[in-house]
Amino acid sequence: MSTEQETIEQFTNTEYKWGFTTDLETDLAPKGLTEDTVRFISAKKKEPEFLLEWRLKAFRHWQQMQEPDWPNVNYPPIDFQDAYYYAAPKKQEQLKSLDEVDPQIRETFDKLGISLDEQKRLSGVAVDAVMDSVSVATTFRDELKKHGIIFCSFSEAVHDHPDLVKKYLGSVVPYTDNFYSALNSAVFSDGSFCFIPKGVRCPMELSTYFRINAANTGQFERTLIVAEEGASVSYLEGCTAPMRDENQLHAAVVEIVAHKDARVKYSTVQNWYPGDENGKGGIYNFVTKRGICLGDNAKISWTQVETGSAITWKYPSVVLKGDNSVGEFYSVALTNNYQQADTGTKMVHLGKNTRSTIISKGISAGRSNNSYRGLVRVARNASGARNFSQCDSLLIGDRCGAHTFPYLEIHNKGARVEHEATTTKIGEDQIFYCNQRGIDTENAIGLIVNGYCKEVFRELPMEFAVEAQKLLEISLEGSVG
Amino acid sequence: MLKIKNLEVAVEGNQILRGLNLEVNAGEVHAIMGPNGGGKSTLANVLAGREEYEVLAGSVEYNGVDLMELGPEERAHAGIFLAFQYPVEIPGVSMSNFLKTALNQTRGARGQEALDAMEFFSLIREKLKVVNMDEKFLSRAINQGFSGGEKKRNEIFQMAVLEPKLAILDETDSGLDIDALKVVSNGVNTLRSKDNATVVVTHYQRLLNYIVPDFVHVLVDGQIVKSGDKSLALQLEDQGYDWVKDELAEPAAA
Repeated sequence: MSTEQETIEQFTNTEYKWGFTTDLETDLAPKGLTEDTVRFISAKKKEPEFLLEWRLKAFRHWQQMQEPDWPNVNYPPIDFQDAYYYAAPKKQEQLKSLDEVDPQIRETFDKLGISLDEQKRLSGVAVDAVMDSVSVATTFRDELKKHGIIFCSFSEAVHDHPDLVKKYLGSVVPYTDNFYSALNSAVFSDGSFCFIPKGVRCPMELSTYFRINAANTGQFERTLIVAEEGASVSYLEGCTAPMRDENQLHAAVVEIVAHKDARVKYSTVQNWYPGDENGKGGIYNFVTKRGICLGDNAKISWTQVETGSAITWKYPSVVLKGDNSVGEFYSVALTNNYQQADTGTKMVHLGKNTRSTIISKGISAGRSNNSYRGLVRVARNASGARNFSQCDSLLIGDRCGAHTFPYLEIHNKGARVEHEATTTKIGEDQIFYCNQRGIDTENAIGLIVNGYCKEVFRELPMEFAVEAQKLLEISLEGSVG
Repeated sequence: MLKIKNLEVAVEGNQILRGLNLEVNAGEVHAIMGPNGGGKSTLANVLAGREEYEVLAGSVEYNGVDLMELGPEERAHAGIFLAFQYPVEIPGVSMSNFLKTALNQTRGARGQEALDAMEFFSLIREKLKVVNMDEKFLSRAINQGFSGGEKKRNEIFQMAVLEPKLAILDETDSGLDIDALKVVSNGVNTLRSKDNATVVVTHYQRLLNYIVPDFVHVLVDGQIVKSGDKSLALQLEDQGYDWVKDELAEPAAA
């Protein structure tokens, strides 16, 4: 028996000594983060041993790591021992239809305007709703099954498709990658798993709604999307959260694998509680999102509309390994009041003739700070690589900040890299022009901002684009004057 | 319709209008002429409700209400339209989206129902004809990449859609070639009726060959110093503004 296994067994035994059995019934892990917490989560989810081992390795690695201090954001130190790392809704039996969903949970969804019924009936979108870390409903499963597509919660994937999980988990974002991805790897509660087999075009948009509900619960979602050769899928992630007083830590990891000729489009509308107008409360959103174009001609496209969270730290990236592969990043990041965002992307060109496009639109209002941070790296062998980056900043009022940090690492002389950046202020002239045509100032700003973001919005699926526009308008309410 | 009494206005601490009086009735076209710096554009902007213009004294009554009490969008809802001297560019916002927002918000303020997409498009297609513009124009971003002539035609197009009661044209003729001038003037004349009024602010008499005014006023140093019919414009064209200034100076010297 290896020392590692000995250690695991030792801890498995101690677990019960510490009286976790009662906690298993209370559905809430005790406050704080130790190896016991990791074991608790894994046991709670009845996970196979390989996963527990992986979690523990991640946890031990995390203990050696330092919280990054390079982002252009400020917040009081986080006490990682003063948070809960697992919470599940009370009723947790397997559900066959939406009717079985807890009425209270459905009511909350209805309030948020994302009624599953409506989603199901009107949009033909398969919804995997994640609430408090555990999936409560999954729809359209049968239709997807016909095409051989797997779309389920991460926990289910662990049980039903352990080989796939074992093969791909951590293959794009290893637990050693960064502080938050290590933390996530150790304690992730649930998330989504999506597998599109060879040659299959997913017949519908796949969508997950995330919500944070229980107070003081760190959320650690884990998403894994695999598109086999020639497969394609469009994936939507959207989220809203209710009012909160305490800061909540959210450290998700999303991994995308695109094999030869595969296409993955990942769209996000993020609207977590940003804190009140004085900057109190709000979600800390430290996310690692990365895709890899493993095979030739693969394409991964990220589109994000970020309006929520007190602090956003997020760089959806693409590793362009296959020749002729394509990476895209379209982003709108809006900050208001005391919000802080440090977001951008990394495009890593390894294969020949790889191409990437970065369109980033930052909007700052109130006393907020908005930073774009982007890396374009062209490896020595990536001949013919091309990148185009456009980073625009829009300022509303004169107490906010916009910053751009572009990093270029070019090791191939034939590479073509272009970077454009602009900073503009919403002009009094533009607002007055709208006013004079009968449009009030709030609507005028909505129009102007939406116009500014058009290049990104047109990359979003239709219903998401409409939602994103509304969200921008709501987020900017009260930013004038 | 419009009664301006003894209006005094300052911009950034500099007084521009110094006791201006003007009365405009429905069905009339008034031309405001005068040298640069006399206060023509200030008058246009203060009527439209531009914030940085500070009213020091006087009153402006519009259809029985105190116009200065209204915000710029409320004035628009009440039927005041300003054709801008320098129309503003708004990137990414299509003309059709902009106009639909403007029209429906205005209709809402007037207690009318919003137009749906079909009604709206049939209306604006009709109005495009007034200024001889192509439908492609509707999907372009507001004034972005427009030529000088297109910008001015766009102003008249918007005026046609919003159907104001009182239209103020601020130097709409500046920068226009003769063909564009004809299109713009033709647009304005088409929209003339006994129920609405137009105030044309211009430096040159040329525009008044096409938009024939009922009254011509000369604005010098923040006051209307002379009023007359369209022949006054011709006299100004002939003799320049110095003639009016000289005439003003004489009684003072005497």
